[in-house]
Amino acid sequence: MAATTTTTRTLRPVLVGVVVAAAAICCGVAFGPASRIGPGAALVEVVDRIPGVALDSGLSPSQAATVWDLRLSRTILGLLVGWMLASAGAAYQGVFRNPLADPYLLGVAAGAGFGATLVIVQGRVGADPSVMVPAAAFGGAMLAVFVTYLVGAAGDRRRTPASLLLAGVAVSSLFTALQTFVQQRHASDIRLVYSWILGRLSTAGWGEVAMLLPYVALSSGVLLLYGRTLDVMSVGDDEASSLGLDVNRARFVIVLAASLGTAGAVGVGGLIGFVGIIVPHVVRLLGAGSYRVILPVSMLTGGAFLVLADLVARTALAPAEIPIGVVTAFCGAPFFVFLLRRRSVGVAT
Amino acid sequence: MQRPSRLAALALTAALVLVGCGSDTDNGGAAPSTTAAGGTTAPAGGGDFPITVTGGNGELTLDARPERIVVLAPSLTETVYAVGAGDQVVAVDDQSNFPEDAPTTALSGYEPNVEAIGDFDPDLVIASDDPGDLGKGLEAIDVAFLLLPAVDDLEGAYHQIEVVGDATGHADEADDLVADMKTTIKSLQEEVPEGEPVTYFHELDDMLYTVTSSTFIGQLYELAGFENVADGADPEGTGYPQLSPEALLDADPQAVFLADTKCCGQTPESVAKRPGWSELTAVKEGNVFPLDDDISSRWGPRIVDFLQALVDARSQIAG
Repeated sequence: MAATTTTTRTLRPVLVGVVVAAAAICCGVAFGPASRIGPGAALVEVVDRIPGVALDSGLSPSQAATVWDLRLSRTILGLLVGWMLASAGAAYQGVFRNPLADPYLLGVAAGAGFGATLVIVQGRVGADPSVMVPAAAFGGAMLAVFVTYLVGAAGDRRRTPASLLLAGVAVSSLFTALQTFVQQRHASDIRLVYSWILGRLSTAGWGEVAMLLPYVALSSGVLLLYGRTLDVMSVGDDEASSLGLDVNRARFVIVLAASLGTAGAVGVGGLIGFVGIIVPHVVRLLGAGSYRVILPVSMLTGGAFLVLADLVARTALAPAEIPIGVVTAFCGAPFFVFLLRRRSVGVAT
Repeated sequence: MQRPSRLAALALTAALVLVGCGSDTDNGGAAPSTTAAGGTTAPAGGGDFPITVTGGNGELTLDARPERIVVLAPSLTETVYAVGAGDQVVAVDDQSNFPEDAPTTALSGYEPNVEAIGDFDPDLVIASDDPGDLGKGLEAIDVAFLLLPAVDDLEGAYHQIEVVGDATGHADEADDLVADMKTTIKSLQEEVPEGEPVTYFHELDDMLYTVTSSTFIGQLYELAGFENVADGADPEGTGYPQLSPEALLDADPQAVFLADTKCCGQTPESVAKRPGWSELTAVKEGNVFPLDDDISSRWGPRIVDFLQALVDARSQIAG
């Protein structure tokens, strides 16, 4: 009896999340700056692509390609990036027991920014930038996390969350300084660098989705498996240890999985902020208490949130695009004001 | 206690919204105009289709004369209109302000949105920059894309005008234009007074960003009898270094050219007021020349006007 109730309790929010994500995807496909493609026609076009279904959307071949190769691929990319950032944010908040933790905590953002800047200022000679920049950003992000772990664990047998956080701050400052230095020496590329930093989900074709999918799958798989562990860790390091959990090892695995996924997401989307912080909080506010629920629901809601944010980014001032980081920030700031106003920030988990 | 904090939240949100809207640099782009329906006008001057042209993104074959062209760079817009293809243009980017009757839209040449470009139903897109997904995106929706990056020298500029002429079906007009430009530039070079080159500083903005002689602009200055003072400040060869005020005062150029009159409102009077600048040779002898920002930064047909301004300045200093 108890098991059934627990499963139902976990399943229902997840189902709601799936519905929300599906609805967001439909909106993302239906609307866009191409004003002559009607929402209904766009949806019909996507359904038509399902093997075995044959419907006529009435769109011209180039319009159909716009819907499939430009809009749907971008929407799915937004879903994956939001999925990854939100789940990484929830995991970090759980692992560090800090409501302000976000996926960029351990230097991921600064490392990625540095890697990307290095490649961008080298110019467009040589390899294809749409592969080199994400690769360099990913490499920079993982390097930063690695250095953070080295610094944070040096000579400290307990490897407390606090020491890791401090190390993360130090490493972030270092990489940010390096990035700013490189950027200023190549001032003519500043616009490109900033446009990458503010985040952009523009994509043509499914290359970026294919690049990101393995990381999201791996990272999500690991994090979902560690849902129960996160619940246990929420009571505190000492208590968790006394319950038989190897806290340091668990923390390491979770941070590694979350960072890997975040580095991948940042590599293709740039530094999109606020998703990692806001979404897990919203999920908690809606009643979820256990990480076995918070994680999957954050993934789905995070994906939906970013898809809708991207929709705003590409349609609000069409044909100009607002960098998606700006849209999420607009949502983020009022959210924090709201959070501050609440009596109990009830996260401590 | 409730009311003040609610008020604060509202004020904060309102302030954020105002900041976001206030810094909008949208030029109020005109709605896309449809092409002139004059399909009966025969293409003036050598429209030989199908034709294969070579741009920065390789070869492009056009089967028919493009009638719905989207241009995403101000220099290229000027070139397209100068070869007589203006009637075939349906949209240009937000920075293209010349000629004035070009259909400026909110499309961005820096961060192009392929879907928005596709909405104009173009048969040819000409741009100077491909930030990564423009070419692939246009390929996905089957639109011809010609990439013509910024040129390094005069020969490159002439060649690009010819490519534009070929691609738009105005090859003869393009050839005439290039011939005219060459003649004018040759006669301008003959007007340059004899003597040592005059040292100069070309100001891109009020933070003292400048160009070196290795850039296209720098080469035009050399033709007009000038010598750059900023070459030493650019060991990495980026072409666009920033000078410190002390370095500039130390270099003491004989002439200063202000290419930031439109963007940053600089005038000979305003720069004379900068600390230390009243001692500069250029300021004392009245050799601070304001330039039109656009003419001095584009590599289209108006480089002739730019060179004219430089030669006029050089002649003025000679005395």
